[in-house]
Amino acid sequence: MDATDATANQRLPLIAVARRQLQRLRGVNRLGFALIFLIPSLVIFGAFVFYPLLKAVYLGFYETDNFGNQGDFVGLDQYRTVLTSESFRHSLWITFLFALYTVPPGILLGLALALLANQKLPGISIFRLMFSSTVATSVAVASLMWLTLLNPNVGLLTYFLVEAGLPRLDLLNDPDWALPAVSATTVWMSLGLAFIVILAGLQTIPDELYESARVEGASGWRLFWHVTLPMLSPTLFFVSVVGTIFAFQSFGQIHILTRGGPLDATEVIVYSIWEDAFGKGTPAYGVASVQAVALFVLVLGLTVFQIRFLERRVFYQ
Amino acid sequence: MDVATTAKRRGVERYRRWAGYALRYAVLIVVGGIVVFPIYMTVVNSLLSSTTIIAWPPELFPFDPQWGNFKKALDEVPLMRYMLNSLIMAGVIVIGQLVTSALAAYAFAFLRFPGRTFLFILFLSTLMVPWEVSIVPNFQTIQRLGWLDSYQALTVPFLATGLGTFLLRQHFLTIPQELRDAAAIDGYGHIRFLIFVVLPLSRAILAALAVFGFLQAWNQYLWPLLVTNEDNMRTVQIGLAALRGREVDTFNITMAATVISALPILIMLVLFQRQLVRGLTAGALKG
Repeated sequence: MDATDATANQRLPLIAVARRQLQRLRGVNRLGFALIFLIPSLVIFGAFVFYPLLKAVYLGFYETDNFGNQGDFVGLDQYRTVLTSESFRHSLWITFLFALYTVPPGILLGLALALLANQKLPGISIFRLMFSSTVATSVAVASLMWLTLLNPNVGLLTYFLVEAGLPRLDLLNDPDWALPAVSATTVWMSLGLAFIVILAGLQTIPDELYESARVEGASGWRLFWHVTLPMLSPTLFFVSVVGTIFAFQSFGQIHILTRGGPLDATEVIVYSIWEDAFGKGTPAYGVASVQAVALFVLVLGLTVFQIRFLERRVFYQ
Repeated sequence: MDVATTAKRRGVERYRRWAGYALRYAVLIVVGGIVVFPIYMTVVNSLLSSTTIIAWPPELFPFDPQWGNFKKALDEVPLMRYMLNSLIMAGVIVIGQLVTSALAAYAFAFLRFPGRTFLFILFLSTLMVPWEVSIVPNFQTIQRLGWLDSYQALTVPFLATGLGTFLLRQHFLTIPQELRDAAAIDGYGHIRFLIFVVLPLSRAILAALAVFGFLQAWNQYLWPLLVTNEDNMRTVQIGLAALRGREVDTFNITMAATVISALPILIMLVLFQRQLVRGLTAGALKG
């Protein structure tokens, strides 16, 4: 009996090891098989998302010569000089203002349109189509439209302003007005998207909720505050996060409408990155990369912050 | 209560209801009018002549529509070539994204393998990296590959999508495991199961992803601006933006070009409105 026990004890680890090895082999095998499905995506992500992210951090440590070649290693010095520079702080401020001018108004207008279009009326689908029509305009199309509307010589908006007793301003070339004008263009062109998403959110609110609230005597504003808004908060949360990230990435409308000017009044971070890297005679890849890394940290931090901060106030079903 | 007062009250109620309807429609019409006003003015401007376009006050209606403006725009600007480039770019990106994300989503939904969670988070983390952060290294990569002014430069970086993979995986997870078992008994391997069972069951979400991806690719601005210089490789966005500096009295031609280049997307949106709404809201509602 002792003897059989001893052999069993000797055999057991051997079997366990063999089994574990076999499992590992199977695991490797299964991973290998899964990779066949994953490799196409992984190659693209590796080459055009992860590698360039690391490369941007790396490029920030090096100066760039006048031909765009990698220059001397300067370590964190370049990060320090760029991040503390007046122009970086300025573009950070402009980016913040741009987000402030575009995100809250965009959400409020989108919500107003969605509430209007959520009525049960004959022919409401025509109005829904009208409200969502701006999704059909690309950034270049929308920018050219507004470039014409805002033109001081032929633009209809300028005409309205003059009729309202204001001086005939060239809004896009006025340091005080350029950013609000670009923001208005941006709000208009993203209005369709905000409208569609918020309307879809409204339509998921079950009618019974409204009915039972009405039975309890709620109506009008109280219905909106106590039923609609809480039920819609996940959607509004999503729109605010995505809207802010969009705002931080905006480039096309600024490139077309103002070229970052006048007097850098519309120089958001992405425009500044583009200008430093490609918009001047001498490509400053290093300086641009530092700003790119800052943008990445900013967007990441913003996402995490918004998720943490807003999630507590958001009502989930 | 006599019959007359009841009738009168009913009349007042009916009047109130009609007034309420009229008010609602009035608000809808005014608001809708404001929203589409820039689009309306663009169409008006595209039909004005070179003298009426500079009139003050600006013309609000094209009383003498100049349909020739559209032909002029097509003659002066190689719009057709730009749109062809955009179409090729967006088409290749959409097909590529559908293939890569369907394959990856299949692995995440139906296969068990070590490191699955890690790889899935890796896929999702690509959503956190704004494209603008990587433009310098990506430009250098494209330059080194000799791909400047080529369709590869416009398409290859976008052939995979983290969001698409995520949304497809969520949908694949709703497909019952029994279907897989039944297919296995019939001798279907994973690839055949994916192509003949999973994909047909996912047509709606695939269409939504396709419309969404197409719109996104068609609207790209920064990247095409960077990697194309030759006129015949320009996308429609870049070609159109180059018209920004034209003289005031040719704004009608610029607006005609704008209208022409907005048409394909407009048509697509009218045709695929449902798919687009689903694509745009999928991310929002699934959180």
